[in-house]
Amino acid sequence: MSEVKQVTLPLNDEIIDTLKAGDRVMLNGVIYTARDKAHKMMVDMLNKNQPLPVDLAGQLIYYVGPTPAKPGQPIGSCGPTTSGRMDAFAPELIARAGLKGMLGKGPRTPSVVDAMVEHKAVYFAAIGGTGVAISQSVKKAEVIAFPELGTCAIRRLEVENLPCIVVIDSDGSNLYEIGVKQYQQP
Amino acid sequence: MLRTIEATAITDAVKKLCVQVSYDLPKDVEKALNQALATEESSFGQYSLEQIINNCHLARQNEQAMCQDTGIAVIYLYLGQDVHIVGGALAEAVHEGVREGYEAGYLRKSVVIDPVFSRENTGDNTPAVIHTEIVPGDTLRIAMMPKGAGSENMGALKMLKPTAGVEGVKEFIIDTVRKAGGNPCPPIIVGVGVGGTMEKATMLAKEALQRPTGQSNPNHFYAQLEKELLHDINKLGIGPQGLGGRVTALAVHIEHYPTHIATLPVAVNLNCHAARHGEIIL
Repeated sequence: MSEVKQVTLPLNDEIIDTLKAGDRVMLNGVIYTARDKAHKMMVDMLNKNQPLPVDLAGQLIYYVGPTPAKPGQPIGSCGPTTSGRMDAFAPELIARAGLKGMLGKGPRTPSVVDAMVEHKAVYFAAIGGTGVAISQSVKKAEVIAFPELGTCAIRRLEVENLPCIVVIDSDGSNLYEIGVKQYQQP
Repeated sequence: MLRTIEATAITDAVKKLCVQVSYDLPKDVEKALNQALATEESSFGQYSLEQIINNCHLARQNEQAMCQDTGIAVIYLYLGQDVHIVGGALAEAVHEGVREGYEAGYLRKSVVIDPVFSRENTGDNTPAVIHTEIVPGDTLRIAMMPKGAGSENMGALKMLKPTAGVEGVKEFIIDTVRKAGGNPCPPIIVGVGVGGTMEKATMLAKEALQRPTGQSNPNHFYAQLEKELLHDINKLGIGPQGLGGRVTALAVHIEHYPTHIATLPVAVNLNCHAARHGEIIL
């Protein structure tokens, strides 16, 4: 494994060029949360030429639905959810809204990877089922859109040293494929 | 002699279980994760397992849900035939326990009222999925398993031809795990139900997930099949979190039941590494 790279949001092409599949990363700054329902609503807005609730240019979306925060804490447990549920919508947000980063867990379909290569975006994975540890990296959380979706609302998170791994980079190099190939036995 | 159990005692027990299993990973699962860390060769696999084990300690210490997907509550009631429930309806007592537990434990409410149309959140994680079995005796055993969707979505059922035999059964199970890849949060526990009917096989597969991790089926043939399947699954290379590695599954548990001459149902129910389960006997 590589040494840990510090990445400060928002992302740009220069930063993305330095991130390669297999890099360990600490994320810092502002990220946004959204799950499938919020994705669908945002793509519907794009199709109706309506402004999105947040300008996604250069931003990163974290696929997460947190548990309720205990008193005095900004957020509850907040590990990644399965990214595949967002695959139908992610290419639209990358191509039409300028989304540059995604954080979740699990493989993506080829259409997402194609959009990432064409528009230079990066996909990070956090370790699924480590929601308590990840919550300690979240310093502030605020619902900024679709509050009716509850845990699935869009939140603005301020994070410090959120640990993750680059799994698919902007060249389309994919750690899920490389890693499994390396350990597959006949 | 009839024994009386108050509905409120059932509610209290369910409430306690909901919170406890979300904070406190069963020791058998934790032990299996530590063994996996000792076996795993891939650096990303080791890193994932270290993070997972650390998170399990933090969850206990901070009394916080180990995973944000605190699941839909699957509740098994093994009701002694000499028990008389008083002071309320059995199912409602269970739902109330879930309602109170998910609120008190700061657990995520993940249940929607209609699966296809409104998909509106019920707001209190009810209803639970309740399976009730009448058994001999005068106790009520309540087992609870919060089931997250990440792993649940990767399960599968196939009605095989009887002549498919053990090779057909193995192929379907391994294929299901291969297709699931990194999605169900490996290292996983593979629950398998064979025999019965369509719904019986799926019930067995989920019951198999309640067995202490790595405990073999008492039947020699099935114990051997579990061993072979675990070996073959761990050759897939999926590894912890799907990042490549030696440990894709912690265990394979198979439950079996007699079936019809013309069928061989096989159900596979996967559980993530946060294989939460617990029970209380009243």
